[in-house]
Amino acid sequence: MEEWKKHKQPMRRQDPHVRARNFDEVALGYTEEEAVQEAERCLACKKSPCVEACPVEIDILGFIELVQQRDFLGAARKIKEKNALPAICGRVCPQEDQCEELCVLGKKFEPVSIGRLERFVADWEAANTETLAPERPAPTGKRVAVVGSGPAGLTVAADLANLGHSVTIFEAFHKAGGVLVYGIPEFRLPKAIVQREVEFVKSLGVELRLNYLVGRTITVDELLAQGYQAVFIAVGAGLPYFMNIPGENYNGVYSANEFLTRSNLMKAYRFPEYDTPIKRGKRVAVVGGGNVAMDSARTALRLGAEHVYNVYRRSRQEMPAREEEIENAIEEGIDIRFLTNPTRILGDGKGWVLAIECIKMRLGEPDQSGRRRPVPIEGSEHTIDVDVVIMAIGNGANPLLPSTTPGLETNKWGNIVADEDTGKTSMEGVYAGGDIVTGAATVISAMGAARRSARAIHDYLMTSRK
Amino acid sequence: MFVVETPRIARKSKPGQFLVVRVDERGERIPLTIADSDAEKGIITLVIQEVGKSTIRMGVLREGDTLLDLVGPLGKPSHIDYFGKVVLVGGGIGIAPIYPVVKAMKYAGNSVVSIIGARTKELLFWEDKVKEFSDELLVTTDDGSCGHKGFVTDAVREVVSREPQVDLVVAIGPVIMMKAVAEVTRGPAIQTIVSLNPIMVDATGMCGGCRVTVGDRTKFACVDGPEFDGHLVDFDELMRRRKMYVDEEKTALQKCRLNHVATQHTFRAEHKG
Repeated sequence: MEEWKKHKQPMRRQDPHVRARNFDEVALGYTEEEAVQEAERCLACKKSPCVEACPVEIDILGFIELVQQRDFLGAARKIKEKNALPAICGRVCPQEDQCEELCVLGKKFEPVSIGRLERFVADWEAANTETLAPERPAPTGKRVAVVGSGPAGLTVAADLANLGHSVTIFEAFHKAGGVLVYGIPEFRLPKAIVQREVEFVKSLGVELRLNYLVGRTITVDELLAQGYQAVFIAVGAGLPYFMNIPGENYNGVYSANEFLTRSNLMKAYRFPEYDTPIKRGKRVAVVGGGNVAMDSARTALRLGAEHVYNVYRRSRQEMPAREEEIENAIEEGIDIRFLTNPTRILGDGKGWVLAIECIKMRLGEPDQSGRRRPVPIEGSEHTIDVDVVIMAIGNGANPLLPSTTPGLETNKWGNIVADEDTGKTSMEGVYAGGDIVTGAATVISAMGAARRSARAIHDYLMTSRK
Repeated sequence: MFVVETPRIARKSKPGQFLVVRVDERGERIPLTIADSDAEKGIITLVIQEVGKSTIRMGVLREGDTLLDLVGPLGKPSHIDYFGKVVLVGGGIGIAPIYPVVKAMKYAGNSVVSIIGARTKELLFWEDKVKEFSDELLVTTDDGSCGHKGFVTDAVREVVSREPQVDLVVAIGPVIMMKAVAEVTRGPAIQTIVSLNPIMVDATGMCGGCRVTVGDRTKFACVDGPEFDGHLVDFDELMRRRKMYVDEEKTALQKCRLNHVATQHTFRAEHKG
């Protein structure tokens, strides 16, 4: 095999020193030539294991062949048959654990960079054409309410609209996109791209109602009573966890949710041009090892921090963040302290954070998750001076909607109990999918659940008497 | 004072609840307590104090203007029930949110003693509205320009000492006032509910910015509250946390060069949707 076919076509990125101080997108995408060359690496396997590993079943071989033929628009349409949000997925999907993991080329060499090609194709379409909505099917006369406009909500809405149903999305925030707008930062997922894909979903005939908090402004039962024959709940995992250690309520301690929402959704990084403030710490500690922790650390850096620590209780091997994001963070100068766990936060006597006390950990026996359990090393306590602490240790289910929906079964963690294949809940006509069912996971797994649920909702609507 | 047309919020609003407003595209999300609501007319009433950039900007709106975003009603409603003798306290801007509680407690059959107070006469409002649903109304001003000279706390102390039995106290107002009221009722162990107003962003339980210590537990005021047991709230922490952005607020205010004279005015603002 020729040498160039063994390796992924690299994607240009902003220089680490430059990008660490701006909010522009880090990765710059492929040129047409780079994309075609990358597409040429595909072995065109008959069985296409990559497709089996795609939660939304994109015809990967089909779109890659169109890229090879330089039919970029055709490739975009091919993807959109299965995925309404390709510019987003091309950027934030963990392809290394999905399509690219099973790529046959990847067994001996590097897999085809399917994610970067998906991103290229979606961006090419946006830059070169007016996005055309597919023809609308004949209306079925059925109405569906979707609660939440994140990845799962948008996917289910697009799928059901394409089947002729009348879909209304209810969003609590003043902007659509869910975690795509409040959580994932501009430098990883530009908000203009989210906006573009939301507009695409609207162009399918989906109605969007902002500032509607289902559970308060209107309840699920009221939606059903108002003539929605089915409801899909996709409210995400929005309840931030704290460590319950002393000092967590000092000024300067944030949940990652709050820190990122201020910066991303409210544009606090442009304060005072925008009204919402954010503490720009000089020395910042981010606790946790997932993508949200990486996003928080890199945001703190871009807000002007001199030193950003990332404190994680396990080792790099167990870190749940994407490898690419960990590398990006390290390149930008994030100081990751592995096998380190906070024990308390120290204050300055006036209620502000002064330092974070941590203890060194070692890895013990594997726990339920299969990862080796971190065990504290006695006497290894030490303090790190910081003025801002960001807790990025995960999110649970927000109890607001379940608590106002009698008859909706939840498990002991507060997640809605829903059938894995259909999203069916304990209430007739009510389905759920995404993080509110599984606990915090990925954008694409939420979209996969939404895709499966859309089919089930369609079957239900077409057979139910209501 | 604002009368806002928003049928979907008016329809659901209950005493004790609040909403979040965003005035314009670059604006903050600010929580405001709902002072009154009329489901039939589809309107709610908000009373604001022009203290920061966002509220000052709200203050320059005129009748017929539109608020960009409005979401609610948020928070748990007040627990309205028959308690017996209830003392309801509104201090300063807190007079507005105590009013719907007064009304509801009266309808629930309670014997209602209302206490409202402000720094001075000009800052008092709604004496008549509160009086209408109260068995007794006590008014205080710090400077004695109206009613008793002193703080609402003094009036609470007086009522608590003269009444043989007080079953519940609800206090809404500045943090320092709610803390003081809770101290008065702690000794006689009278159940005391306070309505907290920490800094919030989403106000739907997502950010945790509004966390408050109640007893030995951290609560999110937006979804667990805003009302809590006043004897268990860590008011000092709440006061500290409310000052988190004092420096930034000054910066924002300097930028906000509105030649604005703070006035009280009533108007209707419509809200789309």
